[in-house]
Amino acid sequence: MSKGRASKTAYIGARLLDPATGLDETGDILTEDERIIGIGPNLFGGSPPSDAIVIDSNGLCASPGLIDMRVQIREPGEEHKESLRSAAEAAVAGGVTSMVCLPNTEPVLDDEATLEFVARRARLQALTKVYAYGAATKGLAGKELAEYGLLADAGAVGFTDGTVAISNSQVMRRVLSYAATFDLLVIQHPEDPALAGTGVMNSGETATRLGLSGIPLEAEIIMLERDIRLVEMTGGRYHAAHISTAESVKIIASAKSRGLRVTCDTAPFYSALNELSVGDYRTFAKLSPPLRSEEDRQAIVEGLKTGVIDVIASDHSPQDQDSKRLPFAQAAFGGSGLETLLAVSLDLVHNEQLTLLEVLSKLTCVPADLLGLDAGRLREGAPADLLFFDPDIGWKVIGDKFRSKSKNTPFDGRPVQGKVMRTVIDGRTVFKASPHANSA
Amino acid sequence: MLDPVFPHCHLLGIEGLSPLEINHLLDLADPYVEINRNRENASESLKGRTIVNLFFENSTRTRTSFELAALRLGANVINMQIGSSSVAKGETLIDTAVTLNAMHPDVLVVRHPQSGAVKLLSEKVNCAVINGGDGSHEHPTQALLDALTIRRRRSKIEGLKVAICGDVAHSRVARSNFYLLLTLGAEVRVIAPRTLIPSHVEKLGVQTFNDMRKGLKDCDIVMMLRVQNERMTGSLIPSVREYFRFFGLDREKLSLAKPDALIMHPGPMNRGVEIDSDVADDFERSVIREQVELGVAVRMAVLELLAKNLAATRTNVSAAS
Repeated sequence: MSKGRASKTAYIGARLLDPATGLDETGDILTEDERIIGIGPNLFGGSPPSDAIVIDSNGLCASPGLIDMRVQIREPGEEHKESLRSAAEAAVAGGVTSMVCLPNTEPVLDDEATLEFVARRARLQALTKVYAYGAATKGLAGKELAEYGLLADAGAVGFTDGTVAISNSQVMRRVLSYAATFDLLVIQHPEDPALAGTGVMNSGETATRLGLSGIPLEAEIIMLERDIRLVEMTGGRYHAAHISTAESVKIIASAKSRGLRVTCDTAPFYSALNELSVGDYRTFAKLSPPLRSEEDRQAIVEGLKTGVIDVIASDHSPQDQDSKRLPFAQAAFGGSGLETLLAVSLDLVHNEQLTLLEVLSKLTCVPADLLGLDAGRLREGAPADLLFFDPDIGWKVIGDKFRSKSKNTPFDGRPVQGKVMRTVIDGRTVFKASPHANSA
Repeated sequence: MLDPVFPHCHLLGIEGLSPLEINHLLDLADPYVEINRNRENASESLKGRTIVNLFFENSTRTRTSFELAALRLGANVINMQIGSSSVAKGETLIDTAVTLNAMHPDVLVVRHPQSGAVKLLSEKVNCAVINGGDGSHEHPTQALLDALTIRRRRSKIEGLKVAICGDVAHSRVARSNFYLLLTLGAEVRVIAPRTLIPSHVEKLGVQTFNDMRKGLKDCDIVMMLRVQNERMTGSLIPSVREYFRFFGLDREKLSLAKPDALIMHPGPMNRGVEIDSDVADDFERSVIREQVELGVAVRMAVLELLAKNLAATRTNVSAAS
């Protein structure tokens, strides 16, 4: 994009969807450089400004670009699984314009220098906006507090030990308390590690039949219950990542009704799949937390519907072939999620469980507000991070065609409906679907 | 006869003292400041009295201050530094108290790492006991010397805004100062990361702040507390550099307090941790050395008053028998 001269783009004839305001009508968007400068029905009265590039949206849905608040990027340290560049390519193909990465890289994101390395590499390499969480404890070891004040000043948008729970109650108390000093968000992977033990899938009939050791629901339930008591005690801000059980929804609902500053997300894995996906030892369905029972899945959908679950995040966990082509118990946890985030979330709309605006709010303005990002809204002055999609086009998930370096999707082979057609970041088109392809 | 305003045998804490009692102690201490400066012999009022400094925890400045105060009043002083090794010999605190009491000292100045230990000891002896600091509970002579410093600089304490910053959770100085300053009508603010603020401290009547810039706004007095190195290992605070950035007193943060705000510190200071040398050594603002100086005067007044009260009770006892 040329510097110094204003570059305008007019997107005409789109179905404008702004979940923050409830806007849902046909209209136009005008962007100049990196910002939206005009939006609304019949914005141009039939003739867009002559100095603007005009893109006819042909009735596609136009929403704020998606914000994915839980992504593992393996750079630095394990670039063979995913790099900032490959994650960004997967993200824009999935309509994600901002992603927040976990600190479980190598080295861990627990000092300003590493955090700034990621920010700098992201600027140079990535198409998307990349934010990062700082480590809640030094080295993710669950013992000593990391430097939240300094890390927040360096750009950390929240604090978490990533895929490891902070299990020592005294440490968790201090994490919440110290973070509250600066009014920072603490994100927990709610799973009691002792109770999860050596488990590899949900405890239950399937695990028993397969002869696999189980992770009980209680590992999540107990950790959530404990954390919420500690939130009550410390006045901290707490976010439970990827909740997966029916009881978890109840616990979060009750914490919210008591006025605690508690929020949560789930991943499409948990609203769309259950433990039967493990089938015949399919390691792509080995996730953390594990896929639960059908009753739990339904309760997660219900939690999304009632608003108890605030956010949908991809929980993108790239793993290479070598980590997954192993006996089930030895395979790594995690699923690739960026490229299926929108389509699988749209199941909730097609099944008439949530409205389109409800689903989009959990993918845009709600996570933006939670993390304090200037993103997630279609309005004048907002960054021109836009997603154009067709909610109805059907396609089939094929992991091998992913842009992500890792192909480990539990949705492999699944027919889905809803396709990203164009992704715009800071006024620049960074992804455009080829018109005839009908699979990812 | 017993002092009519302060008729107590011991000084175990500030909590519970009335404004009248506190001001009386400060009034008694005030003249000793000049007397000490002029190196005049104060008096021989404690001649023949025995003061025992019984310290179960390391101390240099408080012990020296008490020792000097006692010597300037003509008393005999014995210092007993009881390290943890001696405690390990197995004698209980009460046995130590009873043993010492049998030797008929007049005043015991006691410092102990356990909160409440000095009070327990005071119940087992029939001499006067001064709390020289018990655990995270109270350090009454420190609060009195702080108050005397403020009063001499600002003529009164009522209505002043005082910020107490740092490791309040583990500070006996902070607690004694809360009671004293609130009793005399000051507004007290606590500024610290939440991990260093004890729970429900607001119930004591203080306001809490996590943002030093907000907390220092318009303060008349900025009292810094020492942050002990063992708290810096990550369990309560991540690092010295983070602590200093957000809670260390430097010129920039100090600029939010009143332009003539006084800087205080009970010592010993950790320069570059809770306080920047630039402000600690500022002659115009820092009264840290004056605090140490006035400490001797305060302790002279307290020793003299308690010795007088002790004599009165002993007279009563012998008269009755």
